[in-house]
Amino acid sequence: MKSLIQKLVEVPGPSGYEAQIRSVVRAEIEKHADELHVDALGNLIARKGKGGADGIKIMLAAHIDEIGVMVTQVDENGFVRFTTLGGVRPHNCVSGRVRFLNGVSGVIYMEPLDDATKVPTIEQLYIDIGLSDHTDAPVKVGDVAVFERPFLDLGNRLVAKSMDDRVGVAVLVETLRKVKNTPHQLYFVFSTQEEVGVRGATAAAYGIDPDLGLSVDVTGTGDTPRRTKVRMEVSLGKGPAIKVRDGGMLADRRVVDWMVRGAEKLGLPYQLEILEGGSTDARAMQLTRAGIPAGCLSIPARYIHSPSEMVDFNDVQQAVQLLVELVSHPVKL
Amino acid sequence: MVRMTEEKHLPQIGEAQLKLLERLSNACAVSGDEGEVRKIVLEEIRPFSDEVNVDALGNVLATRRGSGELLMRVMLAAHMDEVGLMLTHDAGDGIYRFDTVGGVTAIDLPAKAVWVGKEHIPGVIGLKPLHLGNSDDQRKPVGLDDLRIDVGPVAGKVKVGDRAAFATVFSQQGGSLRGKALDNRLGVATLIELVKNSPSQIDLLVAFTVQEEIGLRGARVAAYAFNPDMAIILDSTPAYDLPTWDVDENVRYNTRLGKGPAIYVADSGTLYDPRLVRHLVETGEEHGIPYQIRQPGGGGTDAGAIHKQRMGIPSASISVPGRYHHSPASIVRLSDWQDTMDLVTAALFHLTPDILSGER
Repeated sequence: MKSLIQKLVEVPGPSGYEAQIRSVVRAEIEKHADELHVDALGNLIARKGKGGADGIKIMLAAHIDEIGVMVTQVDENGFVRFTTLGGVRPHNCVSGRVRFLNGVSGVIYMEPLDDATKVPTIEQLYIDIGLSDHTDAPVKVGDVAVFERPFLDLGNRLVAKSMDDRVGVAVLVETLRKVKNTPHQLYFVFSTQEEVGVRGATAAAYGIDPDLGLSVDVTGTGDTPRRTKVRMEVSLGKGPAIKVRDGGMLADRRVVDWMVRGAEKLGLPYQLEILEGGSTDARAMQLTRAGIPAGCLSIPARYIHSPSEMVDFNDVQQAVQLLVELVSHPVKL
Repeated sequence: MVRMTEEKHLPQIGEAQLKLLERLSNACAVSGDEGEVRKIVLEEIRPFSDEVNVDALGNVLATRRGSGELLMRVMLAAHMDEVGLMLTHDAGDGIYRFDTVGGVTAIDLPAKAVWVGKEHIPGVIGLKPLHLGNSDDQRKPVGLDDLRIDVGPVAGKVKVGDRAAFATVFSQQGGSLRGKALDNRLGVATLIELVKNSPSQIDLLVAFTVQEEIGLRGARVAAYAFNPDMAIILDSTPAYDLPTWDVDENVRYNTRLGKGPAIYVADSGTLYDPRLVRHLVETGEEHGIPYQIRQPGGGGTDAGAIHKQRMGIPSASISVPGRYHHSPASIVRLSDWQDTMDLVTAALFHLTPDILSGER
C-alpha cells in the first residue's frame, strides 16, 4: 500500500484540473468496480455491489484534488505572479518549488519585506521559472501548478505533498479492492474541487442520492511542539480518527456510534476527533437534497497544506480494515 | 465590422442597442427590487421567446427552442440587479439613515446624488460638513454612520425599506460609454440581443437573474429549475488597468479596457470548465475576435451558484470589462461590448455536443 500512496501523491491534481490523477486512480480501480463513470464536474464514481434486502446506498468519498497555484500574470521581467487554489499559506510557499501541469518548474520567493519578522502576503510572492523577460514565457495567465517535494518513507511515518487527500484516496482504493461481499450499493466517489469548497462532492451526492455518506480525509493533530496548552486531541499513530465535528459539520451521532462499534468489534485503536476549522466532503453529503446521515473517517496528519504532510502508516492500514468491516455488513444506525 | 460570413444574423450594436442599454442603465434595480429592469426585459424578449416565466424570486426564465429534437440545453444568465442602498431609519425632515446593498463602500458615497424608490425621487448623500468639525474629524475615514440620505420634505413619497440607486444618467462619447449599473446591464443588453438572434442548433434557456450582488441567490434557483447541459454567464468585471503610483508595472489589473471580452478561468466561486474555456478561446482565435483572460482571483459571477446545482453544470463566464464598477459611474468601451457580443454569438453558433463529450 505504501507504493500505491507514493504513486498517488506524485501525480499533480490541483483543484479543477484533476484529469491526470483521475486517470491514475481509474487504472487502479477499473478491475474492481461494477460500474464507473465521470460526471460533469469530473468526479470519478465507481459502484460496487447491487444492494440486497439488508442493503442501503452508501456514498464513500475521498477527494483527488490538491491545493495549488494559478498564474495571474507574467511580469515584464518574466516573474510569475499567482493566486491560490485552496488553502495555500504564504509561509509554506517561500523557497518552495512548484511544477506546472505542462512540466515547467519554478521556485517561489518573495519581494523584500519592510518588516522581516512578518509573513508575506500571497501578492508579495512570485514564481521564478528562470526567465529574463516575459517574451515566449512557457506559462500563461490561468495555468496551474502544484507544490513539488519527493515522497519520504520514514518507516511508520510517510511524508509527501498532497497526502491531503491522496492518503484517503488510497484508503478507498484499498477498500474497494478488499470488499468481497457487501449487502449494499457502494458508491466510491473520487471527488474534485474539495479544497475550494467541497464542490465536486456537492454534485456527486445530488446525483447518487445516497442513504448514508462517509468521507475519508485527513485531520489535524495536537501532538507537535507548541507553547499553548490547548491541544487537539488527535495524535499520529493512535489509530484512525472518527470525526465528531469540524468547522462545517456535526457528524451524525448514529454514524459516529456505528463506526466506534466497528472499531471495537475488530479491536482496532481509534480516536474521536473534534476539529475546530475546516471541513470535508461529508458536509456536502449531509446537506444534499433532504439531508442524509453523514460522518467522516479521518487520517491524522501533521503539517496539512504544507508540501510535507505527514501521516502514520498504521493509522492508514487500520482505516482500511475499519472501512472494509463497516461496509461489508448491514448498517443499523 | 462583419467578421463571420456563415452567421448572417450577428447582432450588431447600433442605435437601437445603445438606446436599450441607456434605458437599462438609467433604470433602477437594486438587489431585491428588480421590477423596473424586469419590465424592460420582458417587453424586449416576449416576441422572440417560446416560453417566458417570472419565478418566485423574480428571475425572468425564458426558453427559445432550436429546431430539432434532443438539442443541447444551454443556459445563458445575466443578472439584472445592481448594488445600491436601502433606507433603514426615518430621522425626520426627509433625512434617512441607510445601509448598503451589495458591494458598496462608504468612501464612494459622500455628496453623491441618488434616486430613491420606484419614482426615482432625487436625493443626496449628506455628510456632516467638515468645516464644522474639528481637525480630527477630517482624518477619520467616513463610515455609514456619518452619512444620511436627504430627499427633502417629500411627504409620503419615500419610506424606510426603499432602495436608492446612484443618480447617473447614461451617456456616450464616441467609443466610450458612461453610466451607472453597467455591471450588469451590459450583460442584460447582450442577452436580450442573443434571444433575438439565437442559433437554431441549441435550446436556449435564458435567465435574467435577481440578487446576484448579494450572493448569487436568483441564479441558484434558476439553474435548479432549468437543469441545463451547460451554462454561460454574461457579466461585467472591473478593469483596474490604471497606471500605478508606487511600482513600475501594474500586475493586478484584473482586465483592461479595449482588449475585448474577459474570459474567466477561476474566481472565488468557480473553477471554470476547461472544455468551455477552450471553446471560447478557440472561437476568438478562429474568428479573429479580440478576447482577454481575466486575471484569476477573487470576485465571481452567477456561475458560482449555477455550476454546483443538481449533478453539476459545466459553466463559463464572459464579461465586458469596465472601470469603477460598484460606484456611481462606470466607464466602458463600445468596442469591448461589440467584441463580447461577437464572441458569445460565435461561440453559441459553433457549439456542438462533442465539446462536452470528453471528460473535464
